[in-house]
Amino acid sequence: MLSFIARRVLIAIPTLWAIITVCFFLMRLAPGGPFDGDAPVPPEILANLRAAYNLDKPVMVQYVDYMANLARGDFGPSFKYKDFTVNELIAQGFPVSAQNGLSALILAIIIGIPCGILAALRQNSVADYTVMGFSMTGIVVPGFVMAPVLILIFSIGLKDTPFQLPAGTWEGGAFKHRILPVFCLSLLYIAYLARITRASMIEALRQNYVRTARAKGLPFHQVVVRHALKTAMIPVVTFLGPGIAFLLTGSMVIETIFQLPGIGRYFVQGALNRDYTLVMGVTILSASLIITMNIIVDVMYGILDPRVRHD
Amino acid sequence: MTSINLTSPQPEALNAAEDVQGRSLWQDALRRLLANRAALVSLIILVVVGLACFIAPSFLPWTYEQIDWDRMEANPPSLETGHYLGTDTLGRDLLARVLFGGQISLTVGILATFVALLIGVSVGAVAGFLGGRVDQALMRFVDFMYTVPLTFFVIILMVLFGRNFILMFLAIGCIEWLTMARIVRGQTLTLKNKEFIEAARAAGGSTFSIIARHIIPNVLGVVIVYVTLTIPQVILIESFLSFLGLGIQEPMTSWGMLISEGAAEMETTPRALLVPAGLMTLTLFCFNFLGDGLRDALDPKDR
Repeated sequence: MLSFIARRVLIAIPTLWAIITVCFFLMRLAPGGPFDGDAPVPPEILANLRAAYNLDKPVMVQYVDYMANLARGDFGPSFKYKDFTVNELIAQGFPVSAQNGLSALILAIIIGIPCGILAALRQNSVADYTVMGFSMTGIVVPGFVMAPVLILIFSIGLKDTPFQLPAGTWEGGAFKHRILPVFCLSLLYIAYLARITRASMIEALRQNYVRTARAKGLPFHQVVVRHALKTAMIPVVTFLGPGIAFLLTGSMVIETIFQLPGIGRYFVQGALNRDYTLVMGVTILSASLIITMNIIVDVMYGILDPRVRHD
Repeated sequence: MTSINLTSPQPEALNAAEDVQGRSLWQDALRRLLANRAALVSLIILVVVGLACFIAPSFLPWTYEQIDWDRMEANPPSLETGHYLGTDTLGRDLLARVLFGGQISLTVGILATFVALLIGVSVGAVAGFLGGRVDQALMRFVDFMYTVPLTFFVIILMVLFGRNFILMFLAIGCIEWLTMARIVRGQTLTLKNKEFIEAARAAGGSTFSIIARHIIPNVLGVVIVYVTLTIPQVILIESFLSFLGLGIQEPMTSWGMLISEGAAEMETTPRALLVPAGLMTLTLFCFNFLGDGLRDALDPKDR
């Protein structure tokens, strides 16, 4: 197991390096720079700006500098948010994104998995069709449609009623201000979890070991929880791994719509402002999280399913 | 029931065979697809939406970018003014804009899927058919690409090289081919040891011609299913980018951009949000149902 983890980490390092390198050179290849504003900047000032941000040296030198700083955990200064380093911006934004992401994840697990199990146990019943109908809707309707529609209902339609929910404000993360964004974030995950759990649960219930457990005279609920659920969770874990990474690094759409100060919104703002260092910082953070989660998923396989051996 | 007795070609049997229409695999699939109510309705809706987006705008009294100078604010739907669904806050005809936006979204969806199809099918077929080192290298590359957060790269590309239409579908196509390559490779692996491939090789067919004439036509069924499921995904990515302001630029428009504009003015004119959102959602649902229907029709053993 340990050697398996070590091997995966060893593969992850060049992957991450390749991502960073491609990102870096793409940014330098681009026509136009971050200082191309609406008004032309005098050449002397531009030269000073370029020198201040280390952009006047040859690209290879810049690359080596950037990698050296990165190795020390320094993402460099932000091009557009003057006086801020990318580290500071990420330190501000990441907790917001991570908190919302975690809440959405917990909500998705609490709702999605039981719904999926219910649908699997009552296959082709009204409950099954209802769950699958909602799940299909959750998967097909994108967040940027769902969120405005929910705002239209809960913030505008229910205005001046006790059920009105605020949107577009954050207020330091007060509970009421989190309800809509967290719900919108979790919808897609609820939908997928219900669908995946249902499919793998139906499959697991057909297995011989489940029949054996039933034949031994174990109560049905115990067979479901102890025997079927454990293997049925494997596809769920596969989906959740990268899913967690995406949730933690913030949804660009949800954070933009609800104006949450998370890193998803920083990424979009950075991209619109050509704030290259910020965009790179968020990309590298997300990529590392996704790669880490993928490794954890592979380790989890071995724990959940003894047939999977890592050697 | 319609099997023809080949071993004893009695004259009567031959005459009977002439009357019986043979049914190809594709005809069988079509029959199964038409029997699937959800898929059939979806197909009809998609055709109607497609025709409306591509043909109807030329028959409307207003174009998508034309400003009605007499009515420079959001107007309610009216038959007299020719704004059948009203106008947006700038006095532009909503129906014309939604249909034109659909034209752009559908075009990006189809073109990007076509790019994904070209790359995915060639990589998958070559990797599966040649096997060995080539297969190893190509599939390791696909595995690597899977671990990369590709949406970020599309955004970076769009930001760096200008938001234009061609780059957009090329970039999206370049990230959507991975699954296609895996599926086609898997199919090719099962096909390549079949007798007809051996026969083609014995007849002196080159590797290229075997892939092009025998492998690819035989994986078409799976590919068509996957294409139907890729188009809505691409439409989603395109709309997502345009919604964030990172996709299509004014004066062009797409469903994502219209939804974003509609969301900004939904307090006063909710239909500016609901019309494009509704039409896009309908289209996405239909593509998904059609894809599921095609899968059932073309791959009966999967049911």
